[in-house]
Amino acid sequence: MSRIQAAAAALALALVVAGCSRPSNAPTSELKPETQRKPAPNFSLKDADGKPVNLTDFRGKVVLVNFWATWCGPCEAEIPWFIEFEQKYKDRGFAVLGVSMDDDGWKSVRPFVASHKINYRIVIGSEVVSQQFGEINALPTSFVLDRQGRIATSHEGLIDKVDYQNEIVKLLEAPQTATVGDAGAGQFAGLAGAGVRSGQRP
Amino acid sequence: MRAQAFAQGNVLNYTPPRKLVAKPGAVVASALPLELRSGYHVNSNTPSDEYLIPLRLTWNPGPLAATGFAFPQPRMEKYSFSEKPLSVFTGDFQIVTHFKAAANAAPGPATLTGKLRYQACNDKMCLPPKTLDVSLQFEIVK
Repeated sequence: MSRIQAAAAALALALVVAGCSRPSNAPTSELKPETQRKPAPNFSLKDADGKPVNLTDFRGKVVLVNFWATWCGPCEAEIPWFIEFEQKYKDRGFAVLGVSMDDDGWKSVRPFVASHKINYRIVIGSEVVSQQFGEINALPTSFVLDRQGRIATSHEGLIDKVDYQNEIVKLLEAPQTATVGDAGAGQFAGLAGAGVRSGQRP
Repeated sequence: MRAQAFAQGNVLNYTPPRKLVAKPGAVVASALPLELRSGYHVNSNTPSDEYLIPLRLTWNPGPLAATGFAFPQPRMEKYSFSEKPLSVFTGDFQIVTHFKAAANAAPGPATLTGKLRYQACNDKMCLPPKTLDVSLQFEIVK
């Protein structure tokens, strides 16, 4: 084999490998080991009826916290999946919580929720809550919490539906190591517990 | 916002337009060259969905009054996250503003300031709406 042929073969192999690899923003779809999970920061935000929604309300459930906005196309693409997950897994202890980052709040969000027939809870986010969850660079950004209220994984940007589904099912099927309401200080931390290291979500 | 809640650099940058020279009462035009980071798009001035945030340029009041804008022809691009093509701008493009100089404009150099509001996405994610401060050097001559 000539040098040129060898170089071409190496290039072809590199292209095949690159083509098989995931994009840089794609998740590994792996959950953090339990010992490395940090408590999700608690928050209290209002739903469309003005009722407060606390993250602690979801204690004992696997929760998908989705930061989104009506102007975000990739966010819109995920919504039918989340509707399906909510319907399919809610009886097993799963919930989606959508945190809208729209500047004009319910003015845009209310008709959007109605037209998209969103069946999960939606609240309007705040700068404080966004900061509590770390440096949110883009939307959608989602956090998947285990039944103990710890962040098992997070994703920035659109990922495959099956990745979310696998994570949710794994968490739903995981043995419950702590009794609901028995997690004490470890469950749903305040701001101090929500620190983010550079380049890594909590 | 919540917009402040996001950490974001500018994916859309502009080159200061050429200095404009106008006589009082004259109609002149100025192009604002824009450069969008590769892989990103911004919604056009006429987005294809009511929830999408349009590209918008505004100029503050001054001796030059904006009388109209000429945007480039938007591209209809299909992205993996959308079933329908979206009306967007990508790459390098420019917005032309038509101005009318006030009849009583005082001779001399000055600066006109304005705002460029945009919202950018790539194929996987969106950045929050952002407003850039823009400026135009001009001189009123007799």
